[in-house]
Amino acid sequence: MSTTYTIPVGPVHVGLKEPVTAWLELDGERIVSARVRPGAIHRGIEFMARERNPIQVIYLSERICGICSFSHVMCFIRAVEDLANLSVPVRAQYIRTLVLELERVHSHLLWAGVACYTIGFDSAFHLGMQLRERVMDVLELLSGNRVNYGVATFGGVRWDVTPQLDKAIREMIRYYRREFTPFREIVMEDPVAQARMRNVGVLTREDAVCYSATGPTARASGLRVDLRKSSPYEAYADIPVEPVVPQDYFDAARGDVLDRFAVRVLEVYQSLDILEKALDGLPEGPFVAEPNLNKVLVSLKKAEGTGWGIIEAPRGDDTHAVHLKGGDDNVFWWKVRAPTYANAVSWPVMFRGNELADAPLIINSIDPCISCMERMMVTGSSAGVVTKAELLKRCRQKTFDLKARGFERGVER
Amino acid sequence: MITRIVPQLWRQIFSRVVTNVFPAVHMPPSLTEALSDPATPPNPPVPVGGRFRGRLHYDRSKCIGCRLCIKVCPANATDYQADEKKIVIHNDRCCFCAQCTEICPVKCLTMSETYMISSYVRKENIVTDSGPIAASPR
Repeated sequence: MSTTYTIPVGPVHVGLKEPVTAWLELDGERIVSARVRPGAIHRGIEFMARERNPIQVIYLSERICGICSFSHVMCFIRAVEDLANLSVPVRAQYIRTLVLELERVHSHLLWAGVACYTIGFDSAFHLGMQLRERVMDVLELLSGNRVNYGVATFGGVRWDVTPQLDKAIREMIRYYRREFTPFREIVMEDPVAQARMRNVGVLTREDAVCYSATGPTARASGLRVDLRKSSPYEAYADIPVEPVVPQDYFDAARGDVLDRFAVRVLEVYQSLDILEKALDGLPEGPFVAEPNLNKVLVSLKKAEGTGWGIIEAPRGDDTHAVHLKGGDDNVFWWKVRAPTYANAVSWPVMFRGNELADAPLIINSIDPCISCMERMMVTGSSAGVVTKAELLKRCRQKTFDLKARGFERGVER
Repeated sequence: MITRIVPQLWRQIFSRVVTNVFPAVHMPPSLTEALSDPATPPNPPVPVGGRFRGRLHYDRSKCIGCRLCIKVCPANATDYQADEKKIVIHNDRCCFCAQCTEICPVKCLTMSETYMISSYVRKENIVTDSGPIAASPR
């Protein structure tokens, strides 16, 4: 007869970058079942958007995520452009594609480094971080910032691609073609790294469909899903993109952590090809449809309706839905579904049958972004609207109650 | 694998450091003060350039008080002074998006190259007037 124990990983844990709790049922070292409890880092960004106009919300949406900030901006802007029927010049579409791919390179390189760190392969972690500096420099040259670029605006982009920048990006592509392969081989051909990642956290093709995995997580399970191919946006209609799936490169798609690593690493090469094609095909012309922000604000004030934007972020499908009311300056409502929200559902499946020591690696293997994903939904209004003072009072009362109970079972399950 | 990592290590011994060198030999009590003092830093900070967006520069005499910057500021960093029809910028709230400099009809707001803006005194981060643009270029 076996006894199972329940162990929490998180909300604060050395293996996690952001707070999320995974309650693991353990039989010895083996995970029998798991349940994931988010809710530690909800920020109420959609509520903040309700007292800001769409131009202000661009910079708010940029701060949903630090890594895939441009994906969220693009998604929000596409949603607003969808409802207000704004047209975007072709050159702006190409520049947007450039920044999206630069961001994908930087996100995947960061993740590859962090994955090495999670398995204790620190020399490869530093190598990955060193490689990432180059794309950060290019992003700084393009936008002035290393993160939160602020490049896009309604109907175009804010800064043009200069010849100097074109040269820097081409140099960066050459640098990665030369320097990235050693990194890939150091990690993927290392027997210890293979032992840590092979057949760990397996998500089968069927499970990936059942639990609606997206992005590299789904592709590592062998699903040929990529929004850049299935519903091309911006310049992807001109640049063919094939989904990177492991069965094309190796014998089969196993859906384990090594496959997820391989998909992301191979996508970096794909992104470099896309960057080169986008630079070669960069058309001449204006890079913003309406440079006068006042006119943009006036046209958005008149706009009414619900817009929808969906793009392939580095972690999966990112969806934004926006509703604007005619005559109202501010965003009426805004719904964000970050890719981690879809991918986190398959965590319990990935955990099953693995060892406790692999839990942080499995959590990190989907490239989680917890603060992007935490959303709240108000269903009904039985509790009414709680004011700030009332909320503070209730928080204090809860602390007193917990103190009175001696902090036993402080976590609700 | 080892054949791959040895050339990497060998090259890194001789290659230039990637990151910037720490500006001072020892950690000074205030890094901002030490950097602004021309005598102390042995490793001066790398120059910024291009599209870098630093602390906001506000030419109060040019401002016409149209309040467009307040309308587009995502961080509510600009406050309106109704009696003088001018604005006050709270740099500690600024998110350096440069949206106000784009919408300003008289271009009295510009992004400077100053980035060492942290301070123990909150009032130092409130900009009421930084003078005409010729005093500090860009």
